[in-house]
Amino acid sequence: MAKYLLQRFLYMILTLFIVASITFFLMKLIPGSPFNTFQKLSVAQQNILLEKYGLKDPLPVQYFNYMKNLVKGDLGVSFQFNNTPVTELLGNRIGPSAILGLQAMVLGAIAGIFLGTISALKQNTWIDYGSTFIAVIGKSIPSFIFAGLLQYYIAVKLGWLPVMLWKGPEYTILPTIALAMFPISIAARFMRTEMIDVLGSDYITLAKAKGASFWQISFKHAIRNALIPVVTVMGPLAISLMTGSLVIEKIFGIPGLGEQFVKSIGTNDYPVIMGTNLLFATLFVVIILVVDILYGIIDPRIRISGGKAK
Amino acid sequence: MVVEKILQVKDLNISFHTFSGEVKAIRGVNFDLYKGETLAIVGESGSGKSVTTKSIMRLLPEHNSEIKSGEILFNGKDLAKLKDREMQKIRGHDISMIFQDPMTSLNPTMKIGNQITEPLIKHQNMSRHDAKERALDLLKLVGIPKPEIRINQYPHQFSGGMRQRVVIAIALACNPKILIADEPTTALDVTIQAQILELMKDLQKKIDTSIIFITHDLGVVANVADRVAVMYGGKIVEIGTADEIFYNPKHPYTWGLISSMPDMDTEEEELFSIPGTPPDLLDPPKGDAFAPRNPFVMKIDLEQEPPFFKVSETHYAATWLLHPDAPPVDPPDAVKRRQSQYLEMTGVNSGAVGLDKGNSQFPGKKEGK
Repeated sequence: MAKYLLQRFLYMILTLFIVASITFFLMKLIPGSPFNTFQKLSVAQQNILLEKYGLKDPLPVQYFNYMKNLVKGDLGVSFQFNNTPVTELLGNRIGPSAILGLQAMVLGAIAGIFLGTISALKQNTWIDYGSTFIAVIGKSIPSFIFAGLLQYYIAVKLGWLPVMLWKGPEYTILPTIALAMFPISIAARFMRTEMIDVLGSDYITLAKAKGASFWQISFKHAIRNALIPVVTVMGPLAISLMTGSLVIEKIFGIPGLGEQFVKSIGTNDYPVIMGTNLLFATLFVVIILVVDILYGIIDPRIRISGGKAK
Repeated sequence: MVVEKILQVKDLNISFHTFSGEVKAIRGVNFDLYKGETLAIVGESGSGKSVTTKSIMRLLPEHNSEIKSGEILFNGKDLAKLKDREMQKIRGHDISMIFQDPMTSLNPTMKIGNQITEPLIKHQNMSRHDAKERALDLLKLVGIPKPEIRINQYPHQFSGGMRQRVVIAIALACNPKILIADEPTTALDVTIQAQILELMKDLQKKIDTSIIFITHDLGVVANVADRVAVMYGGKIVEIGTADEIFYNPKHPYTWGLISSMPDMDTEEEELFSIPGTPPDLLDPPKGDAFAPRNPFVMKIDLEQEPPFFKVSETHYAATWLLHPDAPPVDPPDAVKRRQSQYLEMTGVNSGAVGLDKGNSQFPGKKEGK
């Protein structure tokens, strides 16, 4: 297991290196410079600034310098936010985004798996149709529409929860629900299909032939097997939640990464673009690793056992 | 001496409701299962073998199958009408089942040990520890080496034959009174088939269980069965002791089955096969379901269903050929050869009634078992 993890870790570093390189050169293709939005600066002043930040050097030199600093853990300083170090900037902003993403993911997985399971167990009843309806709605309507509806009905009309901003746990509820609708529907649809498949399999008939009750069959035998493919889709879904949260953060006025990311692209704030992108990439590879480890826990056939496998 | 009937199936009718209509899969099946015997049910795909036995366990899909009429009597209870909760107490405890494909009949995410102890904990209220001890004994019983290690492994770490042994261990966990084996060797290769059959015969000697053995392989039947029921088109067409079915078959369908068995003695290059296809049970034929494929078909076969004619105390066949008014027919060569072999072996004219060896303790139980 340790050997496997080390190997995976090395691959992750390689992946991130490739992501950093590609992003670096793509980013340089964006027209403009970080300073031509500052209307008050003369061309000469802009040139001084470009010189100072090393932006006049040939591209390979810039790339080499950036990579050298990256290895040291230095992501540079932001051009638009008063020379704040990028690490500090991301550190301040990641909290709300992470909380929101995590909550939406957990809610999405639990509610989705629950809905999918009951709709498979009560196949072709109103429970099944109801959960299918929720899933179709959740998948076809974009999250910002839910955000608006939730804000209007729950917050404005009923006044149960705050409309926006980020000041405490109760502020996280509405954006979490709006963001979770998509993962709920994906998990529910997958879980339903898989459960129906598993419930029709031979080992379920054998479990029945052993005298197991309906609930024993469902919980001891079926759910674990049905979860395997669901875990597969939940990984990439976690990533789409992070990017999806850009919109939700904007609507609910949440001081997360999303807002800052969009702004930094608009102003050619190279270090912030790179930093945010690398952060997303890191989260991505970590989630993929977590999904792979989860697989092993759920399915013994793909368990990693330090070379002691059959 | 009267032998205890452990299971009685009386006039069972089962239908499946499909989009194209009602499929009458089982049309009036009757048989008894005696204590300690092995009854083989043979027949081609779609003849209703599996449906009959699944209905005994009530494992048919609930949403589209229906037991139209009939009784399945076990221990004074009619299993056909039992509530699901009551049925759960019988499944795996009194009646258990071995399935066809060992590659898919074990839960891939559950340790072998837990799969074996599940019925023990459920039906016999055993503690986890006791159940594990019993599971180890069972694994030894079915011939799995190193049970202490194997008990903590998952199905994918077992070969097909070993998995079927595990399935057998699960079925035997609670010492069932009836064991239903639904083509337990069909999915295995030939050497493993032989091993599993040996194991089953061996186990039957050790534990006192009645076995219903479903198969379409007559070679397997000859190996294990005391009595044989031949099914065709959702009905039993001939039932008798294994010797009677193999050496003195009366139904033309059984003749066909026996003629299509490869035989050491035949010199024919080509293997015989029964022409035609099985009947469409969406719209079962009026007379004898086998009539369209029967080389000895008579007019009455197309008009009226044949009743059971008694050949001996243990041997019955549903064919008009046994009616006193039927013309004599010439059975296929393979059948005639067997009849004469039987004559040599026993000195009894195979045409005579009363083939059962009179001193046999159980009607239909093969001697020497």
